[in-house]
Amino acid sequence: MMDKTYTVALMGNPNTGKSTLFNVLTGLRQHTGNWPGKTVTHAEGECRHRGALYRIVDLPGTYSLYSNSADEEVARDFLLFQRPDVTVVVVDATALERNLNLALQVLEMTDRAIVAINLMDEAKKKGFHINTKKLAAKLGVPVVPISARNREGIDALLDAVDAMAHGRIHTTPLSIRYSPEIERGIAKLLPLVKELMGDTHPARWIALRLLDGDASLLQALKQPPQRLIKEGNTYACCGSVKSV
Amino acid sequence: MAKAKHCRLSDTKPGDRFRIEKVDVPDPVLKRRLLDLGFVPGGEVKVGQRSPLGDPTAYRVCGTTIALRKEESDYIYGETIDHDG
Repeated sequence: MMDKTYTVALMGNPNTGKSTLFNVLTGLRQHTGNWPGKTVTHAEGECRHRGALYRIVDLPGTYSLYSNSADEEVARDFLLFQRPDVTVVVVDATALERNLNLALQVLEMTDRAIVAINLMDEAKKKGFHINTKKLAAKLGVPVVPISARNREGIDALLDAVDAMAHGRIHTTPLSIRYSPEIERGIAKLLPLVKELMGDTHPARWIALRLLDGDASLLQALKQPPQRLIKEGNTYACCGSVKSV
Repeated sequence: MAKAKHCRLSDTKPGDRFRIEKVDVPDPVLKRRLLDLGFVPGGEVKVGQRSPLGDPTAYRVCGTTIALRKEESDYIYGETIDHDG
């Protein structure tokens, strides 16, 4: 009997302890390689919690999902096309202002997100107090304080992942209102995007990216995503198979 | 004392504190990049060390040090608000 494996993506700025968390979660049950066609490291591993099996994917550390570097494309495409069951955004407790930029971008793309505030021990040392309840209420998604290197808060994080993967958490991610001009553009594009893409993609986000003239996204949407297919320990890439 | 003076980020000296007023970049991708790195209007930048050859320069912004070349810091406008050694 095989249980369903849930996919959990780890996102975050560089140097937020994302990979420390990844190692804590997966231990030695992990393998690394490259994303197909890119010199971007791909690491994934497995983690068991309360009987359920999770496939944890450590995405490249990025400040944003918009700036068209290979790292950011990998992270964006994973969210967009692989649509993980849960996305954990790892943020640095000592630099929330900087880190929440990416978190907000992720919340525009998916409602299945959890914000893990890492480095809580360091923030405490610096005298920061973070009101996680208020932050969770503002962001509309669960916020879990952790310290990956001290293995603190990991169980609470996995409980939140577990609840979200099994559909027990209802989120209302903060949706940013833009200027009237941009909102008018979104309203115009939204029905067209929905017609074209169906409900499987975040239509509002795609409309926004189109307004921004995001050529890299158009390219990714036109070319069916290079899906990672897991076969034992090897990965095949549909895109290149087709083109051969 | 601090004297308000409108200038480019590239005109600052190590030790300066700078408040960003405008990020005016012709290339939209670079503009996006600078905003994502934390160079946003209203934001404060502490100018750090300059590399031995004069370029790039380290800037402390939102708790992280980011190095920018002159052709990038040229597009960031604002004022020097303070200087501490």
